[in-house]
Amino acid sequence: MSQSYDRGLVENFGRWTEFSAGMWAWVFHKFTGWVLIGYLFTHIAVLSTAIEGASMYNGTLQGLEALLIVRFMEVGLLAVAVFHILNGVRLLFVDLGLGLDAQDKSFYASLILTGAIAVASIPTFLGGAF
Amino acid sequence: MAEHYTSFSRDDTRWLLQRVTAVFLVGVLAFHFMLLHFVHHAYEITLAGTTARMSQPGYFVTMVSFLIAGTFHGVNGVYNALVNQGIEGTPRTIVKYGLIIVSLLLIAQGIRVAWVMTGGQLV
Repeated sequence: MSQSYDRGLVENFGRWTEFSAGMWAWVFHKFTGWVLIGYLFTHIAVLSTAIEGASMYNGTLQGLEALLIVRFMEVGLLAVAVFHILNGVRLLFVDLGLGLDAQDKSFYASLILTGAIAVASIPTFLGGAF
Repeated sequence: MAEHYTSFSRDDTRWLLQRVTAVFLVGVLAFHFMLLHFVHHAYEITLAGTTARMSQPGYFVTMVSFLIAGTFHGVNGVYNALVNQGIEGTPRTIVKYGLIIVSLLLIAQGIRVAWVMTGGQLV
């Protein structure tokens, strides 16, 4: 049975010593969510160069991809997206009342899997950058 | 066993839509990343290749659905976060309608771009 629960303001950093796996999961999910919605607006803005024609679109994308910092930011974006997806799946299970007893373990598993996927993606993202 | 906890009211349409879009986005976001970073590499993307993909009706519909679902999920998430921070009254109303307007503009621009990517012309 669901019940309401006042968890207070998690962004009150004075509470950092109280942080538990569930709270860190909540903070990370919000943080990655803010990054992803910010990226969505940026992404559409960059893709909008297609309206100006092929040379503008191709030049913009290839110009960005030529910047090493962009390649590293893509690895970061993947890490953010993977964590948001994995933790989102975890939250769906929590909302269904499944796996609550292992919610801390599933959070740590999400972190480890995110790290592993991000590291494994580095050769692909940095390919041809040097 | 731990008690079932959820932060949203189950009779709230936005609560349901946030979860429905989440399930959709889990699959499509993973597909999008795989296709455009691991099958095709981002540094190899050209408008010709984009047009070839976007001209397929199934891909076009998937990407426009992705845009709409992603915008709703993200902007609704931002709104929920602000409400959770205690925003209320007039600021909450301004934020709510501001986010709705921004969402509609983003979706409209995204559909314009997707249409151009099919090779279509803007009027």
